[in-house]
Amino acid sequence: MTTDVLLRADDVVKDFAVRRHGPRVRAVDGVSITVHHGETVGLVGETGCGKSTLARCLTRLYELTSGTVAFAGRDISRLSRHQLAPVRRDMQMIFQDPYGSLNPRRRVGSIIGDPFAIHGVADGHDRQRRVQDLMKLVGLNPEHYNRYPAEFSGGQRQRIGVARAIALQPKLIVCDEPVSALDVSIQAQVINLLADLQDDLGLAYLFISHDLSVVRHVSDRVAVMYLGQIVETAPARQLYQQPRHPYTAALLSAAPVADPDRADQRQPILLTGDVPSPADPPAGCRFHPRCPKAQQRCTVEAPALVAREPGDDTHLTACHFPLDSVDELVPR
Amino acid sequence: MVRFLIRRTLFGVLVLWLINVAVFVLFFVAPHDPARAIAGRQATAQTVALVQHRLGLDQPILTQYWHFVTRLLHGDLGYSYYNSAPVRSLILARLPVTLSLALGGAVLWLLLGVSIGITAARHPRSLLDRAATVFVLGGLSMPTFLVGLLLLYTLFFRLQIAGVDAFPGGGYVPFTQSPTQWAQHLILPWLTLALVSAATYSRLTRTSMLEVFSEDYVRTARSKGISERRVVYRHVLRSALTPVVTQLGIDVGALLGGAIITENVFGLPGLGQLAVQSVTTQDLPVVIGIVLVAAFFVVAANLVVDLMYAVLDPRVRRR
Amino acid sequence: MSTVPLQAVSPVAGDDPVAADIQGRSPLRLALARLRRDRVALASAATILLLVIVAVAAPLIAHLVGHDPTTQYRDTGLTPAGLPIGPNRHFWFGTDNLGRDVLIRVIYGTRVSLLVGVVSTLLAVALGVIIGVTAGYFQGATDTILARFMDVVLSFPFLLFAIALVSVAGPSITVSVFVIAFFSFAAVGRIVRGQTLSIREREYVEAARSLGASDLRIMAVDVLPNLIAPVIVYTTLLIPTAIVFEATLSFLGMGVVPPTPTWGNMLSDSLQYYQVAWWFILFPGLALLITTLAFNLLGDGVRDALDPATERLFAEK
Repeated sequence: MTTDVLLRADDVVKDFAVRRHGPRVRAVDGVSITVHHGETVGLVGETGCGKSTLARCLTRLYELTSGTVAFAGRDISRLSRHQLAPVRRDMQMIFQDPYGSLNPRRRVGSIIGDPFAIHGVADGHDRQRRVQDLMKLVGLNPEHYNRYPAEFSGGQRQRIGVARAIALQPKLIVCDEPVSALDVSIQAQVINLLADLQDDLGLAYLFISHDLSVVRHVSDRVAVMYLGQIVETAPARQLYQQPRHPYTAALLSAAPVADPDRADQRQPILLTGDVPSPADPPAGCRFHPRCPKAQQRCTVEAPALVAREPGDDTHLTACHFPLDSVDELVPR
Repeated sequence: MVRFLIRRTLFGVLVLWLINVAVFVLFFVAPHDPARAIAGRQATAQTVALVQHRLGLDQPILTQYWHFVTRLLHGDLGYSYYNSAPVRSLILARLPVTLSLALGGAVLWLLLGVSIGITAARHPRSLLDRAATVFVLGGLSMPTFLVGLLLLYTLFFRLQIAGVDAFPGGGYVPFTQSPTQWAQHLILPWLTLALVSAATYSRLTRTSMLEVFSEDYVRTARSKGISERRVVYRHVLRSALTPVVTQLGIDVGALLGGAIITENVFGLPGLGQLAVQSVTTQDLPVVIGIVLVAAFFVVAANLVVDLMYAVLDPRVRRR
Repeated sequence: MSTVPLQAVSPVAGDDPVAADIQGRSPLRLALARLRRDRVALASAATILLLVIVAVAAPLIAHLVGHDPTTQYRDTGLTPAGLPIGPNRHFWFGTDNLGRDVLIRVIYGTRVSLLVGVVSTLLAVALGVIIGVTAGYFQGATDTILARFMDVVLSFPFLLFAIALVSVAGPSITVSVFVIAFFSFAAVGRIVRGQTLSIREREYVEAARSLGASDLRIMAVDVLPNLIAPVIVYTTLLIPTAIVFEATLSFLGMGVVPPTPTWGNMLSDSLQYYQVAWWFILFPGLALLITTLAFNLLGDGVRDALDPATERLFAEK
């Protein structure tokens, strides 16, 4: 059903030059991902795997080194700033840092009203009214219109960020670790807010996080990223119950479980070594130095991200020897 | 390191060239009668015509510029009609005076500033430190010429009345003629030059040293039992001095400016005095010559300071 | 998305300290409150205010005293031998070598100093902000060229440039203002550039760009407000430098020309007469010193009020 694909990224590559003529670091290496209307796609991975870079490539905050990004059927990979303007109304972003993503010298009403001002949608009293409606919608007191960000708590600030993002009723919001900087109790509130807004406004989310439990809670589909590449993608339930890629399995086994009895029974899969530097990735399958199942083939041939189970093309894995069950890796 | 040097030198040359062009435009292109301007106010019609011919002012601008540059490269800085002498000889005659003043002043201001700064840093919040703060306050608020005037009044005039003739109020005695008299005549001017800037430098040194004092490697050195003196002079000073050196680079221009002022207060026959006189008498060739020579010195001095900075801080070299 | 059952979204209580207050207290307002508690800064501000009043009221004062700045009072103002008279009942600050009233001349000199000081500073700051923000925001080649340009201007002796310009254009108040502004802008520009470079990397600038804001809008709305604090500090600190520059220019005969009195050219006259007339040096010198001191202390206080973390230059504590 290609008609309801909202965002499609194909083979996106993003390089950074460390010094002017120095070696280049490939933060994102051939990532393809799709988001459909109204769905939530979760993107997980450790810090430094390139998720945030990918997010900024998708929203064109960064220039792509190669690859394409198409939004609502239109290729936006090479559009100029001017041409991107209408796209920016439909694709928005929420940032991780509640303290850094709001200008401390501006009043909150003005910050939320930015989208209206930039796109010339509303002015003066009309704008103020709309901003206050938005504030109510996200659970802020509209009378605080003239306050400064410093006067709000972290959770409230994220709500301000959310209000700013939904102002023009976008179709897709890319959430870059939106709750990672908040206390756990506040996290739940913000996540519930995002869920409600999705139902009310028909939003699609690309939800990026390193926290597996949060992602499981909110996503329809999940993609797992490692060292600039996607190693597995599947519907949420399937990924969490039947991970195929060893990395996914290891991540899941390390995630905390609420039930102490079940936690005791679990055997965590321990990975050896550290995450290699993206400036010098391992040959073949990037995960092979740390993979308990690595074999000769893995050191030379990089596995493609394809469906490994015949008949099930929603579950893609980039592994030569995908797991049949999680227990395969548990140490005996 | 070599690459760094080459880049800086090229940049310096570029700057010099740009200044050169700016001077050319300002004096030869912009005025509507450059010949008369160059010839000076007292010039007769004949002189003006002579100047016109000599400088080729009826030729296209680019040709004029080419001649300008070639003349410069041959060391010909023009001719002063007012003084009836080539600019070059005028400048050379006065250069030793300005150099004596500038170098002596710079040395004094560094010594004074850094030592006050070190003392203040070693005894923070003591009476000495507070006195230093007052010193800084005064220094920042006083223009150089005022300092000169005050020194003239107190150390020269008042003392002279009291019978003490230690500090002459002006004039210059060449070093070759009598070193003691040379120094004696220069003491007040040196002090004048130094005091104002010493204030800034003492504050800079103090802040920088206090910062370094709180660093871990200093604590390590102290805990090893190294004497305080050694800690200060061998370990701390080196890194604390880097901002001072950078500031010095920026201040080479200020040094020159200070020299100009001081020469005028104390009547020293240096380039500064010549420059100001030439403005009053509208002797443009001299002004042009001085500006170009001074620009050269400033750029060269900046380069030297950059080099010193690279020596002091190895991180810079790798760029 | 699987979620817990929907709850009515009520305003988040949060930790809301300022209850009934609807207007937020801007950072600037907080700074002003801090400033009001700083006695040294207040005293300086008062002094400056006094100076401004004196400058504005100069003609009035001259009228009241009965002397004007350029008239030479040869009968009452000079000794029979033609030498200047010291401070007395008629001439509170004495007279100069031409029998002119030093008090009135010092007062009129305040006008020039304040005018040139403030105007050239404002010009310098405006120029510095524009160039600094442009360099810091756009980076790349623009930044390299502008930054190097500012470095060169900063290192070049200001007097030399003044000499060159005055020799061609002649001394005047306009030339003074221009020269001073040109040499002061680089200091401001460098600071602004540095600040812009760091502001540019902040997440709220990224957010603005993701919203589709144009560069101009980001510079005006996001970058500039964060520059207000350092710009204000620099303005107050630049004014005394400008005043000193002007005095130096006048002292050397390259600034404001006689007979208009400025502290600089009065002090220049004093060079020849100080041995017989100490009041020549004292009064204009004192005026200059007090003015610069007041602005310096005020600037220090302003800097402390806006950013209490910086070490005070003239701290008493």
